[in-house]
This record gives sequence, structure tokens and C-alpha cells, in this order.
Amino acid sequence: MTERYGAPVGDGRPSRGQAVIHPSPSQWLDVAAAARADGFDQLVDLTAVDYLTYGADRSLPEGVQPERFEVVASLMSHARRERLRMRVQVSADDPALPTLFDLWPGSESLEREVYDMFGIAFEGHPDLSRILMPEDWPGNPLRKDYDSGRIPVQFKAASNVR
Amino acid sequence: MTLQTAMSTTGVAPSGADRVSRREPSAVLRMSEAEAAEIGGDPDDPGDDELVLLNMGPSHPSTHGVLRLMLELSGETVLRSKPVIGYLHTGMEKTGENLTYLQGGTNVTRMDYASPLFNELAFSLATERLLGIEAPERATWIRMLMCELNRVSSHLLFMATNGMDLGAVSMMIYGWREREEVLRFFEKVTGLRMNHNYIRPGGVAADLPADWRADVSELIELIEPRLDEYDTLLTGQPIWRERLQGVGIISAAEAVALGATGPILRGAGMAWDLRRDEPYLFYDQVDFDVIVGTHGDCYDRYAIRLNEIRESLRIVSQIIDAMPSGDYRTQDKKVTPPPRARIDESMEALIHHFKIFTEGFKVPPGEAYAAVESPRGELGVYLVSDGTSVPYRVHVRAPSFVNLQTLPHLMQDGLIADGVAIISSVDPIMGEVDR
Repeated sequence: MTERYGAPVGDGRPSRGQAVIHPSPSQWLDVAAAARADGFDQLVDLTAVDYLTYGADRSLPEGVQPERFEVVASLMSHARRERLRMRVQVSADDPALPTLFDLWPGSESLEREVYDMFGIAFEGHPDLSRILMPEDWPGNPLRKDYDSGRIPVQFKAASNVR
Repeated sequence: MTLQTAMSTTGVAPSGADRVSRREPSAVLRMSEAEAAEIGGDPDDPGDDELVLLNMGPSHPSTHGVLRLMLELSGETVLRSKPVIGYLHTGMEKTGENLTYLQGGTNVTRMDYASPLFNELAFSLATERLLGIEAPERATWIRMLMCELNRVSSHLLFMATNGMDLGAVSMMIYGWREREEVLRFFEKVTGLRMNHNYIRPGGVAADLPADWRADVSELIELIEPRLDEYDTLLTGQPIWRERLQGVGIISAAEAVALGATGPILRGAGMAWDLRRDEPYLFYDQVDFDVIVGTHGDCYDRYAIRLNEIRESLRIVSQIIDAMPSGDYRTQDKKVTPPPRARIDESMEALIHHFKIFTEGFKVPPGEAYAAVESPRGELGVYLVSDGTSVPYRVHVRAPSFVNLQTLPHLMQDGLIADGVAIISSVDPIMGEVDR
């Protein structure tokens, strides 16, 4: 099994040849720091996927335990013009990960969005709060068990006419 | 809670990349709306402390849509600030999980509504990567032609709004006027001025009209001299320079750390353009320059966009000569419906056509990320497929969303009036920020 920064390298087939590594949640910060030190100077993107109802084969490398959530971070090395994707499995029981803010301050809004949409907490984040939904919104809209028609829209401060 | 205790640090401005480290007093106001409301108190009686919290927006003429800023002010000076977003959030990524790959374009095109073709392009490239197909040569050149013209229209829109925000109202009229000429061409090709759904997985929706070369040449001839007029009107004008130069400065290190891309990153002196550095389509076959600034201020960002219009027109004129004949969409029958004439002759062709537009085409399981250089920076689409005809997850890496993080750092220690110039120079499109 090939490794990079101590994390297993993904099979290129499901990722269409794009470079992917699969650190474990406990490795997350160390692997990210190693990538940062190796020249990946920008966190381009950070998002999550809820695999609750995924019907196909996940094609994870050997030794990686599939979990319900997966946080996906895309890194860019400007000097080498190289991209790297980090995919980490996050369990549904304790959806939490350490924040990448100290390595890439640009993760702030992106982690807030994942927190808002998936309910994954980023430990050590300077301002872990909802970003797109109202502050008092219940639920996490991009979770697969969140039905978009389930909750009636109620605008703040609007009196209930019914 | 008093204002003083809520703001444990006063807005001392350290310089350089350290500014974005949390160990230094930050430019970002990290305070919830509830907290802000609690300490807001009586606006007529600010009490003993001299710090004031002020809301700018969400409905403010210079916030470009529904961007709201919470500003911590000392007199006229902005200390810390926080962009409050989400007013335009309509769950488009969630909607994308219910639309087939063919319908997905209609959804994503509405995100960055000033440059819709780039959204469609990134979505189509990601889908094609999953499918393992490539658009034919002519389709690729058509995509480049349309995208570069879209960059022109988007930057013209920036010129218009930037002028309006700074009081150069004639620029607003001129910018809209020229943009409309480009949109007229879009309407002729795609049927719509905006939200075209023209670039689709496998190619484009329709071939260019027969006389497109004349139309595009006319556009170039019209816009190029107008750019020189803008130069005369704004670029060298002392009032314009006074308003923009030295305002909203960011260094390249800060911009990279905050994830900024596009004109903000290039304005800070970093020559980074995906068209050159990670060539997609046929950008490696055309000549163009990457425009770079030196100071990272509002003036550089203005100048970059103005000159990028010139570069885009340069690319467009090369495309006029380079355009090959051939198919405008792939002949892979999996994603392309049979030609109209076949439907009259063949029952199977009719069924095939029906299946593609009702059920959609199946995409092999896996995940792919595709990025393009939109007028605002790196626009990426991350798709996860589970083997059905509907994407399992659609994520759009919107450049404006990430670029907004630079705003508090750009605004710190500036005046409110400079804030207007800075918001304008970041050029956020709220449709793609909130999605």
C-alpha cells in the first residue's frame, strides 16, 4: 500500500486520476501540516459528503474504515502547480475534526459552511457558527436525512398569522 | 455585556501575513448577531466607550446584492468587520442532488449570474471527467469563445458598478451599454441573455449562427476603442486614483493564506491564472498575458480587470481564426440524443431521445473536481456520483465565497467610504456566495 505524508493513497480509478490521500481523523492535522510544509500553500476548497444513502461501492483503500461523513479538502501547491485532495472519514456518532485554521486561515468560512450544512464540528475553530442559514436554524440541510420540504419556512420576526 | 468586554481586543493593526494569524488581534469581528443585538443598545446613547457597531446592508446600494457587514467603528475608522451572508441562500447544492446531469446546468448557471457560462463549463467538465468523455474540438473552441466573451461582459459589469460605487456615474452607463452588446450576441447564440444552459456535458447546446464571425469582429471593434475611452475617463484621472490607490491593500502571502484567487491574488503580485498554470480547454494554444499588479490595492484590482478585457478580446480574435469545423457536441450516443431527423424515421431513436431527457444518462460511480478560471477566481465543481443519472453530491467552490474572507483584512483601519471602494473591488456576486 502506498502512502503519502503517512496517509494511504487512494486508488486513482474512482477519482479519475486526481491525487487523493485518505488520512484517518487522528492523523488529519499531522497529515495536513506535512502537506503544508511540503509546499501546499493554499487550501482551495473544503467540503463534506454525507454517504448515508450511497448505493455504490465506496472504493476506499485498504485499512480505511468507511463512515457516514467524509470531509474533503483540496490543496494547491502554486510552486509545483500541483493539487492534492484529502478525504477523511468522520463518524456519525461524533462528527468532529480538528480545524485547519492554524495552517490555512482561509479554511474559516469553508469550515463554517460544513458545520452549518452537515453539523460537523471543527475543534479549535475561532468562530464555529452557522454561515448561510439563520443562527437559530434547526438541522443541517445537506445531510441526506434532511428532507428539503420537511420544515415550513418561517421568516424571523414575522408574526404567525395562522 | 458591555461593548468593551465583548471586544476583548481593540483593533490594533499588525502588518504582513501575521495579521491573519489568530494570535494577533484579528481584523475579523467574530460575534454572533445575538451578541451584537445585546450590546447594540440605544443608538442615540453610545455610552462612555467610543466604539460603535454599525450594520451596513444587507440592502445597501454599494453592497452588490444582499451582503451585510457588521462594522466595528471608532469614529469613521473601521476596526474589525464581519461579512454576514446567507440572505440569498436557496439550497442550490441540495437542489442539484435532485436534478439529472443534463438538468444540472440550469441550476448551477444561476449561481454566479454575471458569468453563468463559467458555472456551466465547470459543471460540464466535472461531469465529462466522471464519464470519461471529451468534447469535440469545435465544441471546445466554442466554449472558449463564449467564456472569454463572458469574461468581457462580467468585467464590464464590474467597471460599471465600480464606477457607480465611486461616483463615476457615467462609467456605470458606459459599462452597462457595452455589456449589453455582448449579451445581445449571447442571446443570438443561446436564446437567452443570461442563465444560458448553453454549455452542457458533451459539448454545447447548439452550433454558432452562420454569421458569428462578423458579429464577434464587430464586438471587438466596438469594445476595444471604448476601453481606451475608459482609460481617458478613469485610469489617469486624479480623483479616481486618489480614491483607489493605497486603499484596501493585501499582500500575496495574505491572499494565498486566505484562499483568495483571481484578480485579488493577481493584484497582490502573484501571477496565477488557471488558464495558463493549469491549462484546460485549448488555452495552451492561444497567446495571452496574465495581468499582475504590484501593490495589491483597489487600483491594481481595477486595472487588472480592465486589462483582462483586452486580453480576452485578444484571445477571442485568435479563436475567430482557429475555429475548426466539426461537431458541436460529442457523438457519444450515451449522452447525446439522436439527430432530429432520425426521430421521424426510427422508433428506437425516439425512445433514446425520450430516455435521455426524462431519465438522463448514467454516470459511473466516483468523484471528480474540475476548476476553471472564472472572472472572480477559481471556480470549482466537486461531483460525487453513485452510478445513477443524478449526482449524489454537487459542491461548488465559489470564488466569491472564499474571496469574501479577505474583506475584513482589506477594510481594517480604512474609512467607511473606502470600505465602499473595497467591497466593489472584491466584486462579490452574492448568488454564488450564498448558493
